Amino acid sequence: MSDAATLTSPASEARPVLRERGQREVFCGLTGIVWLHRKIQDAFFLVVGSRTCAHLIQSAAGVMVFAEPRFATAIMEERDLAGLVDANEELDRVVDRLLSRRPDIKLLFLVGSCPSEVIKLDLSRAAERLSKKHSPSVRVLNYSGSGIETTFTQGEDACLVAMIPEAPVASEEAPASLLVVGTLPDIVEDQFSRLFNQLGIGPVHFFPPRNSQSIPAIGPNTKFLLAQPFLGETARALAERGAQHLPALFPFGAEGTTHWLKAAADAFGIPELHFLAVVAPGRERAKRALEAQKQHLAGKSIFFFPDSQMEPSLARFLSRELDMKLIEVGTPYLNRQLLSAEMEYLPETVTLSEGQDVDRQLDRCREAKPDLVVCGMGLANPLEMEGISTKWSIELVFSPVHGFDCAGDLAGLFARPLFRRSVLKV
Amino acid sequence: MQLTVWTYEGPPHVGAMRIATAMKGVHFVLHAPQGDTYADLLFTMIERRGARPPVTYTTFQARDLGTDTAEIFKTAARDAFERFDPDLMLVGASCTAELIQDDPGGLARALNLPVPTITLELPSYQKKENWGAAETFYQIVRGLATEAPAPKAEGAKPSCNILGATALGFRHRDDVIEITRLLTQMGIEINVAAPMGATADDIRRLPQADFNVVLYPEIADTAARWLERQFGQKAVRTIPMGFQATCEFVREVAALAGVDPELVLAQHGSHMPWWSRSVDSNYLTGKRVFVFGDATHAMAAARVAKEELGFEVVGLGCYNREFARDVRACAAEMGVEALITDDYLLVEETIAALQPELVLGTQMERHIAKRLGVPCAVISAPVHVQDFPARYAPVMGFEGANVLFDTWVHPLVMGLEEHLLTMFREDFEFNDAAGPSHLGGHAKVEAAAQPAPEPEFVPMAAQATTQEPITVVNWSPEASKELSKIPFFVRGKAKRNTERYAAEQGLETISIEALYDAKSHFAR
Repeated sequence: MSDAATLTSPASEARPVLRERGQREVFCGLTGIVWLHRKIQDAFFLVVGSRTCAHLIQSAAGVMVFAEPRFATAIMEERDLAGLVDANEELDRVVDRLLSRRPDIKLLFLVGSCPSEVIKLDLSRAAERLSKKHSPSVRVLNYSGSGIETTFTQGEDACLVAMIPEAPVASEEAPASLLVVGTLPDIVEDQFSRLFNQLGIGPVHFFPPRNSQSIPAIGPNTKFLLAQPFLGETARALAERGAQHLPALFPFGAEGTTHWLKAAADAFGIPELHFLAVVAPGRERAKRALEAQKQHLAGKSIFFFPDSQMEPSLARFLSRELDMKLIEVGTPYLNRQLLSAEMEYLPETVTLSEGQDVDRQLDRCREAKPDLVVCGMGLANPLEMEGISTKWSIELVFSPVHGFDCAGDLAGLFARPLFRRSVLKV
Repeated sequence: MQLTVWTYEGPPHVGAMRIATAMKGVHFVLHAPQGDTYADLLFTMIERRGARPPVTYTTFQARDLGTDTAEIFKTAARDAFERFDPDLMLVGASCTAELIQDDPGGLARALNLPVPTITLELPSYQKKENWGAAETFYQIVRGLATEAPAPKAEGAKPSCNILGATALGFRHRDDVIEITRLLTQMGIEINVAAPMGATADDIRRLPQADFNVVLYPEIADTAARWLERQFGQKAVRTIPMGFQATCEFVREVAALAGVDPELVLAQHGSHMPWWSRSVDSNYLTGKRVFVFGDATHAMAAARVAKEELGFEVVGLGCYNREFARDVRACAAEMGVEALITDDYLLVEETIAALQPELVLGTQMERHIAKRLGVPCAVISAPVHVQDFPARYAPVMGFEGANVLFDTWVHPLVMGLEEHLLTMFREDFEFNDAAGPSHLGGHAKVEAAAQPAPEPEFVPMAAQATTQEPITVVNWSPEASKELSKIPFFVRGKAKRNTERYAAEQGLETISIEALYDAKSHFAR
């Protein structure tokens, strides 16, 4: 494992990156609502947008969410465009109706969209006004999930940034605490909590919290680990509050998880021997689980279309721990600072691409004939029909994939399409 | 602003995509921001299409807004033409692009592409998906079908077009096969089926048919009316959904084509009429059913439910206002008031208030029915992956009538089982909370396990509900317990009737006596 010094090495900046613009086959930031609305159990997400926005969220999520969703869309109509005063009145009316229907809601997000941005509907003022009106039972915040500004997972980044001002201020005298940032499945939070506890690191808080009433305090003695690579703005906002970022590989696979935990252990002065003793069992379990998947994956080539910004981290995991051959790793946005460690670990031969021109990228993909393609749901079946195995990228955002005890499952997500192809006789 | 949890229809450009995707050799350039590409997955995932929809999205971003989004459009259109080599280009704007007013039509004309290019005006803040599909199909027909037909050869067979089937339609794929088979049996030639499977040249040939069969008025009505005005082509308006409607359809077609309907009618081969008359179906009589969907499917389903299965239609509605008048008339015939709304919450409230024994609806009503513990069958778009079955499953024509019987009857508790549940209410294994025995282990109906099922949400102030307000009356503990002994599939009706009776009689509390008085009062 490299030490912290190499993580900030400038080598990554010299690395060539293929930058493209053109048609992007990616979701907009509104899609983050699909998991955020389940994570924060007393929050509601109201998109202020068009019928397209409502249709998008329902199509991305509708088939998966059978319970009453904690999201909705205030669909703008012709008359809302005509006069903005009316639009604000209309919004107030819609929020009143919504809150009377869901008295259990404590935190309401007004989520901006492409049309609300283009007509410059000021949702931050609306949020302020509505917060005052519905205080103290409901707090109203806003962020933008618009496609003209955000790609897929950036919606979560924007949402978390909006929540940070709600966090109580931890004083300079407060004891050091660890904040784990990024939506994690509840079970993964529990797994990490146990590990931090064994390491002797605490108190540990997770952000976003499961309940809006328990946003952890943030201050100069808060040290934070990012659980997801797409939280650049959140990291910056936390730093502005004085919190200290602990740079590390992201916790995918045995290596990434070890590295990530080590960053926290070092920051909290945990002795090396104790660290090794605590992580050894989990790391061994992860390696054993990966060994089982390796037979399907080793030597196979893989091509990532851009989706969640998790691609470089996942590629590092697949290349170093499962011996997969990386052809192209596409990401909607490459945050060089947060990913500098990951980029160090990627082989020189891989093409890193940022942004997208989907038709050109498909040309490259067909040319390369990869064994497995990671892509969005719009591309998967068409590629399968061409005989190329695919893995839907959205599952990587929706499944427990972090940490030692999910490493095998993460590898399994990539192995399953290949295994299935080998089993099917039709 | 409209508060929407789920939406029945997408924006109009999704309707345009359904036409472009259904056709061959068409490419649609859509001026749209990042994220609008989500619509591709409707086709590739829900419908399991093995090719991407033929749509290029310009994908502009915030930083482009101040500069030149028009240039982005031109580049995208030019590149798309070169790459996909279409016979017909469609250009349009999604909701956000509509606001920035780049004029895709003008920009496309400036490119001077060597193929017909049709500009679609799709007002996103006024119109919806079905309208967008109908408008797109109409513009294509109007733009291409310009030549009057050549004189018909002596002794040529009568011919027709089958209009309206699109991508993402509810069972369109199989309906077209079934109706093609039926018309062929009648000795009628199919000139063109469109938009599904049609090329630009096929559209040009539309005027050559003697008449049009409009299977889905939501999609093809506008175009069919134009063809009638322009070329005198009559349109068959009967929707062949259900046994009787299929027979009427055959007669209407036969009259237009000058052929004999009787042979085909005599050989229909449908099991449905006998299945419905057979003694086993007796228990279906008077089942209270709520019907909601697009206007065409909802009206046809209501008629089948009433006249071919012997159900009682207690509610009927549609989400597309364009056909509201027809639905109102149909509802009036059934003695109910039509529910015309695209507000999912209002539909949910209405179903909760009506407490039907079966819901025939869309994917949205499937959610509602699940929450309320009521059986449900899907009859209309919006569609779900399960609405594209691997097997042949039309809902139109004689085979379609068979399919309707099966899919509507199977969710119900079956005849003798219904009696046993009524007789032995307290059996620990075999009770209504366990769900119908043929529907698998997890068909658990939690809402029905309560003596007085109420929806979990706080109902909103009843707005324009079509229902009479239900006075809240108290149930005595004994009466409440007695009510719980009534099986879930009739409990709703019993509760409703009893409360109505109590309100009429001015009773403050419902006793066991009142429960049985109400039963005899409403006895049929």
